[in-house]
Amino acid sequence: MFTKKQLLTKGLLSVAPHMFSVIPFGIVCGAIGIELGFSPVLVYAMSIIIFGGASQIVFLQLLSGGASALIAVTSVGVINSRHLLYGAVLSEYLEKLSFIKKLLISYLVVDQGFAESNRFFQKNKNEPYLHYHLLGSGGTLWICWQLATLSGIILGSFVPEELGLKFAVPLTFIAIVVQDLKKLDHVIVMISCGLSSLLFFDAPFKSYIIISPIIALFVAALVLRLKK
Amino acid sequence: MTWLSIIIAGIITYFTRMTMVALVDRDLLGEKVKAVLAYVPSAVFPAIIFPGIFINEHGTYIEIYDPKIFGAIIAILVGYFSRNVIATILSGLFSYWIIIFLL
Repeated sequence: MFTKKQLLTKGLLSVAPHMFSVIPFGIVCGAIGIELGFSPVLVYAMSIIIFGGASQIVFLQLLSGGASALIAVTSVGVINSRHLLYGAVLSEYLEKLSFIKKLLISYLVVDQGFAESNRFFQKNKNEPYLHYHLLGSGGTLWICWQLATLSGIILGSFVPEELGLKFAVPLTFIAIVVQDLKKLDHVIVMISCGLSSLLFFDAPFKSYIIISPIIALFVAALVLRLKK
Repeated sequence: MTWLSIIIAGIITYFTRMTMVALVDRDLLGEKVKAVLAYVPSAVFPAIIFPGIFINEHGTYIEIYDPKIFGAIIAILVGYFSRNVIATILSGLFSYWIIIFLL
């Protein structure tokens, strides 16, 4: 059995490698907001109020491009709707928490934190303080996201663009799913999602980010049926 | 107006995170749904990976010899065999940099 502190540390360490993508992305996110002419306070407030990298950039780009607030807000909702899937997966492990704790810890559910904590949860189902792992992973990502966007706002995008650090984003997610390439059923689901995302990339409101997972989950249901 | 939009966007985003954790009773989900949910990481992350590699900043497909394809292949191989997240990310970045800076 792990202590709370050990779980917190494990959560922190599990997302540490993802800083290669989170920190440059955060800096760019802060810097873009200022370049587009928004006030620093407003750009930074988004990191607390919305706390969702890609959706924050899209929101500001849409507004500065003259889109209506309704379109910008809808896009944020569509892009972030994938968290519903993360929540559905995590609920199994957070079931025993009090309602208030559930409300609080939900705020910290983000892509990389979900991925790493979920992997840990699957292997350690019976630990009593599992949520401390999520607190460690999500909390670390939250703090780093705040610092990164803040430094982007203050210093501008000081990461040289030639480095192409945007490429670190697909790489961190490759690192998350690569072990599942061992399983044929997962490979089929991944390819369905990937191809759908390219096919629907131009769909309105960036909806490819939720359309392709839904298609892939239908494929998963089909695969499960065939396996029986 | 912008502030109001941010707050609404934030509330919506928070609800996407919180609804399934705090408001929906897990027993409502059938066994079949739970089995399908095991595929969520494999069903979601390729939607970030594929466009991140195959579509460039201008929203068009990259060429077949784009260094990102090489970097991604190296990262997949290193990740698959090393089982190490840092090695996966760094091998992908370095192989990408070697091509764009040295070749």
